[in-house]
Amino acid sequence: MIRKALWLSATSAFLTLFTMGGHAEDRVVNVFNWSDYIDSSVIEDFTKQTGIKVVYDTFDSNEILETKLLAGGSGYDVVVPSGNFLARQIQAGVFQKLDKSKLPNISNMWDVISQRTAKYDPGNEYSVNYMWGTVGIGYNVKKVQAALGTDKIDSWDVFFNPDTLAKLKDCGVYVLDSPADMIPAALKYLNLDPNSTSADDIAKAEEALLKVRPYIRKFHSSEYINALANGDICLAIGFSGDVFQARNRAEEAKQGVEIGYSVPKEGAQIWFDQMAIPADAPHVAEAHELINYMMKPEVIAKSSNFVLYANGNKASQQFVDKAILDDPAIYPDDATVQKLYTVQPYDPKTQRIITRTWTKIVTGQ
Amino acid sequence: MTNIAAAASPSAETAALPTQLAKGFVDRLVIIIPYLWLLFFFLVPFIIVFKISLSQTAIAMPPYMPVLDFSDGISGYFAGFRELNFDNYTLLTQDALYFNAYVTSVIIAGISTILTLIVGYPIAYGMARAPATVRPILLMLVILPFWTSFLIRVYAWIGILKPEGLLNELLLSLHIVSDKLQILNTYNAIFIGIVYSYLPFMVLPLYSSLEKMDYLLIEAAKDLGCPPTSAFWKITFPLSLPGVIAGCLLVFIPAVGEFVIPDLLGGSQTLMIGRTLWNEFFNNRDWPVSSAVAVILLLVLIIPIMFFQQAQARAQEQGK
Repeated sequence: MIRKALWLSATSAFLTLFTMGGHAEDRVVNVFNWSDYIDSSVIEDFTKQTGIKVVYDTFDSNEILETKLLAGGSGYDVVVPSGNFLARQIQAGVFQKLDKSKLPNISNMWDVISQRTAKYDPGNEYSVNYMWGTVGIGYNVKKVQAALGTDKIDSWDVFFNPDTLAKLKDCGVYVLDSPADMIPAALKYLNLDPNSTSADDIAKAEEALLKVRPYIRKFHSSEYINALANGDICLAIGFSGDVFQARNRAEEAKQGVEIGYSVPKEGAQIWFDQMAIPADAPHVAEAHELINYMMKPEVIAKSSNFVLYANGNKASQQFVDKAILDDPAIYPDDATVQKLYTVQPYDPKTQRIITRTWTKIVTGQ
Repeated sequence: MTNIAAAASPSAETAALPTQLAKGFVDRLVIIIPYLWLLFFFLVPFIIVFKISLSQTAIAMPPYMPVLDFSDGISGYFAGFRELNFDNYTLLTQDALYFNAYVTSVIIAGISTILTLIVGYPIAYGMARAPATVRPILLMLVILPFWTSFLIRVYAWIGILKPEGLLNELLLSLHIVSDKLQILNTYNAIFIGIVYSYLPFMVLPLYSSLEKMDYLLIEAAKDLGCPPTSAFWKITFPLSLPGVIAGCLLVFIPAVGEFVIPDLLGGSQTLMIGRTLWNEFFNNRDWPVSSAVAVILLLVLIIPIMFFQQAQARAQEQGK
């Protein structure tokens, strides 16, 4: 997570240097979105249609985005935090309410998703959904078959059962370097409330993770894409779309690597990335135009087809590739959706326990 | 600052001619610039960080309180002062994590500094003894890596050190090792990264002190029957000591707070203070505690250096 973030901040600093010299009268919108998260032709089309120049910058951790926003004066007009971060940022006064009169395409949005994002942003006053997905298990089908004698992975047991994971140790296990994703998963496996803030519950999650810690090769939030695709590892806890990107890269490489993705039957986390406008955004009108454009069914469908994440736009589904729309790992069926849980933001005291627990799991100290 | 002002004033007092007066003024101006630099780019930021370290976290922009400003008038400004306290420093003493991270950082930086000195000294010595016409080229070669981004150079080491990397392929093909060496994600990779990255900071001060050395002294030692090794330890090394000290400080100080190299090359078990500070700042969003960590880091670095400088000054006075 941090490694890539350093890369990105270095390249974005470089890009900013070169983009600062624009004419004052040009219409500009500064976007800060996740890396590898858009079809670049979407941005080009937007500029062609509206004449608004898009300065597109990327991050790969919510923490980097949040720090920039909390410091103020980030200069960004549209940012895309995840739901649980968005909720706290709204409280901190980071965002401005959207002017819905400038967003006629909002009628295309999918109520199933909007109802869930309202947990983070009551009334969806500050944000609209960009993409959503799950946190599950990505795996190398053949290697797992060889190590475990089965390629059917449908439970967190494959990861949290030390005996099973020990068999996968040598072919490699990567885990998201993100306590806010991993501790709720451990709690869910233990049949506890994934959003529990009780110190006892968190200690139980810590115990479960420490049991499997010896078999984890690396904690990282993006390197598993390449590692899976190259066949370097056989199991990763990761974000749905990232695993699908690994699957596609493996298919293109034609090295015989086959990647599977499983939403564990105990339940998995569902997350939402939300487009929002910072309170101090310099180009508010242009930001609304961009968000409205992104809610056009054919536009967001194009992005979904490219990044392999589901979006929160009901009308777009007729333009989404059939293979993606029918893939239950991307657009889960109703039965699976019922078992997905959301993660709420931690209060500062719990956050400190969570971070400390994670440091202990990762470093052993 | 007073010392320097006092040292500069006699020349101004004795100055009778306007040109000399002007010269005194220029002298003072030249001296004052570095002090202004330190004031604005070191002391003022430090005071800001120190103030944040006495604050409390809040869900707000910026994420701490009180924010001292004059929006509530002067009385509001001073009322904010009363909310400041040292709780965050107490917190640092309650968890062994911070102490361990400081100690690990100092040890890693110490070992790296010694390694850098061992690698850098022969390079600097060779440069200083090279023909005068070649020296600028050698100097250029030492500085050349700075033309590429530091990050990219560290990334390149991942490609060299990883299990399927260039180094392992070379060693395997030469049959020097029979199994792949695990270097990446270990402490050894951190040492390699730090030594590589900071080598110029060691070589340049060493070179400048070795270059000034009078090599007739070595010849005299030889003439008097001193073997080369003891001539080195009795003459060359003591004369290069200012360069050794400057080089070691230039490597040690940034290495203690190093974040990028351990993060890219070290394993996840590496616990250094830079990473701890990152966790506090980005994961806990606790700017006050991360500021406290930074203030303590500064003290950990500055206090030994101050003692060292005092001891040196005393030794110099005794030498007179």
